[in-house]
Order: sequence, then C-alpha cells, then structure tokens
Amino acid sequence: MRYILRKFGLLLLTLWAAVTLNYALPRLMPGSPADAAVAKLSQNGPVAPSTRAAIEAQLGVPTGSWWHQYTQYLDNVVHLRFGVSYTFFPQSVSSMVGQALPWTLVMVGLVTVLAFVVGSLIGVAAAWRRGTWLDSLPTLSGAFLAAFPYFWTALLLVFFVGYVFGWFPTSGAYSADAVPNLSFGFVGDSLYHAVLPALTILITSLGGWILGMRNTMIGTIGEDYVTFAEANGLRGRTVALRYAARNALLPNLTGFGMALGGVVGGSLLVEQVFNYPGVGHLLYSAVTNHDYPLMQALFLMITVCVLVANFIVDVLYGVLDPRTRR
Amino acid sequence: MTSLPANPPSPTVPAAPVRTGALRALQVFGRSFGTVWSNGKARVGLVILAVFVLVAIFAPVLAPYSPHANDFTPDAGGSSAHLLGTTGAGEDVLSQLLYGARVSIVVGFVAGGLSTLVAVAVGLSWGYLRNWLGEVVNFVVNLFLVVPGLPLMIIIAAYLQNGGLPVIVLVVVITGWAWGARVLRAQTQSLRSRDFVTAALFSGESASRVVFREILPNMTSMIAGSFFGAATAAVLAESGLSFLGLGDPFTVSWGSMLYWAQNSNALLTGQWVLLFAPGLCVALLATAMTLVNFGVDGLSNPRLREGNGR
Repeated sequence: MRYILRKFGLLLLTLWAAVTLNYALPRLMPGSPADAAVAKLSQNGPVAPSTRAAIEAQLGVPTGSWWHQYTQYLDNVVHLRFGVSYTFFPQSVSSMVGQALPWTLVMVGLVTVLAFVVGSLIGVAAAWRRGTWLDSLPTLSGAFLAAFPYFWTALLLVFFVGYVFGWFPTSGAYSADAVPNLSFGFVGDSLYHAVLPALTILITSLGGWILGMRNTMIGTIGEDYVTFAEANGLRGRTVALRYAARNALLPNLTGFGMALGGVVGGSLLVEQVFNYPGVGHLLYSAVTNHDYPLMQALFLMITVCVLVANFIVDVLYGVLDPRTRR
Repeated sequence: MTSLPANPPSPTVPAAPVRTGALRALQVFGRSFGTVWSNGKARVGLVILAVFVLVAIFAPVLAPYSPHANDFTPDAGGSSAHLLGTTGAGEDVLSQLLYGARVSIVVGFVAGGLSTLVAVAVGLSWGYLRNWLGEVVNFVVNLFLVVPGLPLMIIIAAYLQNGGLPVIVLVVVITGWAWGARVLRAQTQSLRSRDFVTAALFSGESASRVVFREILPNMTSMIAGSFFGAATAAVLAESGLSFLGLGDPFTVSWGSMLYWAQNSNALLTGQWVLLFAPGLCVALLATAMTLVNFGVDGLSNPRLREGNGR
C-alpha cells in the first residue's frame, strides 16, 4: 500500500510538471497566438485595431504578472476550461477533445495491450529456441517491423488491403450515414472501420515487444534456477513459461510503460492517414490551422493519458513483484 | 585502463614503446569493429548503412535529374527515362529518392550525435552524483521519458513554423536524449564502485577527470549503442514530421515525398511506387542501424554475441 501511495504521489508530481511544461511551451516560443489569428484574418484584408482588440479579448490573451497567469491557468486546467477552438468556432476546446478522446483511447489502448501480449509470447519462444530459425525469423522481422514508420505501414495497408482488394474501409471510424449510438449495428460498423488502423499499430509495435522480451529472456535463461528446473526434468514449456518468462516479464513491463509514449505518438500519424476521428487527427488539424488552444489542450490530454497508463503499469508491477511492496 | 574489459589487448601485438595514444585508440576501434562485424546481423546492417551513406554523398552523380526539375509528364509510371515514374508535380521519383537519402543521413547522424552528447554529459555526471541533485535529475529524465515524444515534437515544430532541418534536429534532440542518459547513468553507477575508480580518487584525480578519463572509456560500446538508437529514432521522427508537412515541405526528403504523394492522391492515380519506395528506404535505414546495434550489444555483453548458444 505504501508503494502504491508513493507511486501516486509521483504521478501527481509528474502531472504537475507536465501541466507546467504545457504552460511554459507557448510562452517560450516566438510570436503570440493572437498575432497568428490576426495574421490569418489579414490574408483576407487589413485588420482594424478594434477587431484585433476583440480577438485578443476572445482568445483570452493573458494580462498581469506571470504568477497571476500561472494560477489562472492551473485553475482553468483543473476545471477543464481550455477556451474556444478557433478552427471549430464556436465549439469549446474541451468538447472537441471529449469527442475525439474515446476513439483513440479504445482503439489504441486495446491494440497496444494485445500487441504487448502477442509480442512478449513470440519473444519468449524466440529466446527459448535461440539459434534456430524460430529465433532468427521473429528477431529479424521484428527489427525490420520496428523500423517501419507508422504512417508508412498505414499507407501500404490503405493501398493494398483497402484500395486494391477493397476488403476494409480506409477512412473514418464509422459509415458516413451512421449515427453514433451504442447499438450492435453501430458497434459492428465502427469495429469494421477500426480493423485497418488497429492492424497498422499491431504490426508496427509488435517488433519492439518481441526484441525486448527476447533480450531479457536470454538473461533469465542463463540463471541457475532455470538450469536447476531443467535438471529436475520439468517439461520445457513449464520451465520456459513458469520459470524464465515470469521473471523476464517484469523488466519488460517497465519497458512497456516507457514505450507507450512512442506507440501513442505513432498512432497519431496512423489516425491522420485513416481520417480516424481521434486525438491524432484533431491534433493535426489544430496544428495546420495554428489553433493553439486546441493544440495545447490535446498535448496535455495525451500526456495525462500516458502518465496515468504508466501509473497503472507501476501498480501492476507492485502486484506482480512482491519485492517492491516491502 | 582504457581498453574495454571484455577485450584484453591481443598478445600478438608487440607492446612497442612507439605506440601512441592515437594508435591505441585506432586499435581499440579496429578490434571493436571486428567484434561488431563478426555478428552476422550487424554485418548486414553495416553494409546497408554504408550503401545509404554512399548514395547520400554521391547523389548528384547518381541521380539522373535534379530533384526539383518538374517539367516532366506528371503521374507517369515507370519507363526507361524515369525508372520509378514521376510525381504528381512532374518530378523524377528516382532522383528525389536518391537526394532524400541526404536529409535522412544528415538528420540521423547530427541529431543522433547531439542527443548522445547530451546523454553522455547528463548520464555520467548524474551517475557520479550521490546527493539530492541526483534525485532532481532523476525526476527530469523520467519526465522526458514518459512525455510522449512525437506529440511534443509536433507542438514545438508547429510553433517554430517552417524552420526546416535545424528545427527538426532541435526537436529530435530535445525529445531524444533521455533514454541514453538513463542507460549511461546505470552503467556509471556500477563502474563508480569499482576498484580502479577508488584508486584514481585516492591518487588525487579531480572528479571530472575520473568521470571522463577513467569511467567514460569503459562505456564506449554503450555510447555507440545509444548513438545508433538515437539516430534510428531521429530518422523515424524526421520522416514523421516531414510527412505531416511540419518540416520544410520544399526540402526533398523521404518524409516530404510521402507528404506530397498523399496530398496529390497518389493512391487514386495508382502511383504505388511513389508510396512504397520512400517508406521502404526509411524502414531499411532504420533497420540497418538497429541491426548494427545487435553487434554493438555484443561488445559489452558477451552473452549476446552470436554463435554461443545457451
């Protein structure tokens, strides 16, 4: 319990640091959001000073000391007030993020866990059959797959599976005429649309898990207790899974937390290719439209999700490894 | 002791008094290269990497046209004049592909090198520290490890609009140094309690000399490992940012080729080579560096060397 409390304290501290980073980033950069908005408007003609003042008031260009701004900002973050999106005016940033987040959380979350489980199992098999084709094939293809840019895998699947063969839809999260609800028909339709994006993330992230598990597993296989279990005449599968893999999994779980950020980053590009209405697609439109409030809020939400996922992994680690609970 | 502990100096080399520092460094390098080369996977990686470096250097000689020449028939398939066809804007795909190697190689090596420099500086001093400052650094490094890198890069690149390659290198370094720092810190901590470090401290060497002259040479292989790791990440990050159009879209790189291909609907015109080739090059280059790392791992951990099963 003390372990979990300590990890929770660390989570709060990290969250605060991430929120502060998010506060500092736009202020460290040249230019101001209001200038950018005015610049966009001025493409259509000269902007009157009164218009400019109105934009500044609307975008909440902060005034006062940095401490005042900072406390104001923290207050807004706690209450999820992120202002108004200029791209999707007059929608609030919070509602835009709220619409996009579930799509990404469900799809990316499920696929990442699946990829971790499958990849770790393949890694166990590869390390156990070290030096045979069962080792070299997954290791080499894993290294190759891990080097695939996520968006490229996505483009290839769109072209070959979606466009040439036409097996799966290549754009959006549900059919254009469907209305989001929780009926079986709609869930089936959105699963059908999620196949290709999910497959992309699965294929591309699998390699990393295979390689990581194989390398830690090779370390544990060299331990005395594994030799001892083998000398006792236990079945190979029992030794591999119950003795070696169980211990090799722990350091890999930490690796899972660390690598999560990379997978989430990659899936943003995947969403962009598939027009999937998740966080990545929204972030892209925010970036191309210089919609800074939306961009900042999205970055904060992505970071918070990854931090919370890391916390869950830490707690899981504590459950699996009794030594951490001391 | 400056040579790697895993590789004691070969007895066949006579210890002639003329052996200078540079020569010895060269010998250590040669021996390390031999160990890496003896690994089959690393050998494949080194060959692919060498090919890409040569293509990057000799791109003007190899490319049939200028990568910016756009007076050809657009959206053409492969022909003898344009082996890989032309883009939607009427540029030669093969020439762009060859020139694109330059951006990826430069970004990979420069950003990888700079991240490694930061990682070495932070990792070694952090591993050597044993006070509260170490805890603070620990927190900062962990923060950079868990904050998702690509979204952070996208945000920074969006603020520094169209900065081109320097901005991409900068954001890759900002987001890429933490992993190496962590690995190097762990190794520094374990080396720090060895006898030769204690001996150096007792003989009155300064802290910086102990860190950089006694500990650092023992970590050459780990530094090489984190360099190739950071370079791989840099190549992938550059292609991702250029694909989103956040680099300078008029620099010809593999990522920007894919950006234009998607924007000009290369899928609908059936230009599959245009989609396939740049991504394959990114994947091959990144794979090559990952493969080299298999051999580099073997330098510091003989268990991971090839040929000795379990």
